[in-house]
Amino acid sequence: MLTEWLPNIKLEDFWEATEETFYMTSLALVGTFILGTLLGLLLYLTMKGGIWQNKVIYSVTAVFVNVFRAIPFIILILLLFPFTNFLMGTIRGPSAALPALIIGAAPFYGRLVEIALKEVDKGVVEAAQAMGAKTRTIILRVLLPEAMPALVSGLTVTAIALIGYTAMAGVIGAGGLGNYAYYFGFQRRDFDVVLICSIAIVVIVFIFQFIGDFISNKLDKR
Amino acid sequence: MISIKGLSKHFTTREGALKAVDNLTLDIKEGEIFGVIGYSGAGKSTFVRLLNRLEEPTGGQIIIDQEDITAMNAKALRVARQDIGMVFQHFNLLWSRTVAENIAFPLEIAGYPKAKREQRVQELIRLVGLTGREDAYPSQLSGGQKQRVGIARALANEPKVLLCDEATSALDPETTDAILDLLVDINQKLGLTIILITHEMHVIRKICNQVAVMEAGKVVEQGDVLDVFLHPKQAVTKRFVAQVMGEDETDSYEQLVGAYKEGTLMRLQFVGETTNQALISQLAKTFPIDINILQGKITQTKHGAYGTLIVQLLGADDDLQRVVHYISEETSVDMEVIDDAH
Repeated sequence: MLTEWLPNIKLEDFWEATEETFYMTSLALVGTFILGTLLGLLLYLTMKGGIWQNKVIYSVTAVFVNVFRAIPFIILILLLFPFTNFLMGTIRGPSAALPALIIGAAPFYGRLVEIALKEVDKGVVEAAQAMGAKTRTIILRVLLPEAMPALVSGLTVTAIALIGYTAMAGVIGAGGLGNYAYYFGFQRRDFDVVLICSIAIVVIVFIFQFIGDFISNKLDKR
Repeated sequence: MISIKGLSKHFTTREGALKAVDNLTLDIKEGEIFGVIGYSGAGKSTFVRLLNRLEEPTGGQIIIDQEDITAMNAKALRVARQDIGMVFQHFNLLWSRTVAENIAFPLEIAGYPKAKREQRVQELIRLVGLTGREDAYPSQLSGGQKQRVGIARALANEPKVLLCDEATSALDPETTDAILDLLVDINQKLGLTIILITHEMHVIRKICNQVAVMEAGKVVEQGDVLDVFLHPKQAVTKRFVAQVMGEDETDSYEQLVGAYKEGTLMRLQFVGETTNQALISQLAKTFPIDINILQGKITQTKHGAYGTLIVQLLGADDDLQRVVHYISEETSVDMEVIDDAH
């Protein structure tokens, strides 16, 4: 029956595309989490009234974040082709998409991290300072744990944006469901492929959202 | 123990320079519970935050236990802060940690090994009366319990000084009393010096030995709590004393004077009274007079009874005169004849 309704789907290709999408999203998410958290911390710590208040570092970081958030992702990939080529030795395939995915998503997540950190009660930071805590201790034992539910829900939002990005990257040769839908579906006018790819992406988004909400709720002891 | 010389903190605001703490000099003895009272904006909170340099002083010197806090670099200050506990109005607990983990936090900062940490946390939980609540999260606790965690946390590193910044201001009266009892208990058990900031005279009266009254960044009056209660000099102090001594306004007497025209109307003031608490029944037994209590407020403290009574004495003229003489000569109760019908 499946072949009757969806005559053009080759299960093997479809699974490979799905795996590539998972691969790109997951690895890019790890990279985004690390880079975004660093950016967010830098923004939070150097802002006016922050622990390391520093106008220059804050402004440079803020400009970097804003510029890369402003560039539409499809153009960002093209813009980063030389950089990707230098870093990965190729501009094709799922791994080659990672630098652009991370650089595209990290500034967005960085802002979410900054917002989450600003929500941490200043009194708690002050209490830690009054106990003689080092800045490192404050970051690792106070700021990040206290902001964790917001950091996780921010990461969920970012993951979903990343899934969208991987589809765009797919269209210009990164593989994954976007690639499959465009070349095997749209280009060949086999719309059952486009449909099944859409459904697969929606399912992946739901899975990420569910996991994100679950973890965030579990962590929230407020 | 603590010596503060010429301490100042100036803020620049849009309206110009603000002297939150203005050239303040104080000495606090070891083992004392030292209260600082003032209305909001008097600079008392800034003052206490200057003591551990959560707020950087603009000028002056702070010496705690022979160590010059103001001269320390960041690293030395961090170590010194481990010897200065601080309790906050809004508790400032980490909601992501349980009671036990919150109390363990300063121990982690001070680098206690894990086994010692757990043992110390258990001691502290017992000390502040939270046994059985170790694994609760702050969101599951009442305000009073949260402040107990705050106090246990502040005591974890066995500090020499405990700073309490409006520690009871977010609590209801009953819980306030329980927390104050805990502070007295800790003061006596551990011999800890406590500096307590408040806007409630009730708090000062209940537990402090010494009090400083702050207004506009300066200490306007300072001394033994009893003395300040007995002889408040500044207007602001009188207002604070009136908070617990009952209504001290003369216009409320005029009404009484009009309503009770017979006998002698007098105001009796009990200040830390322990020997003459039974004054009224004493008078009634000793003299052939009637005593009518018109108005009053008496509260009990660890220094004895505090408060004011307004009474009407009815009887023969010479008896009344003997009563007046008796109270002023034989007792330590402060007396003022408001109206003598004769």
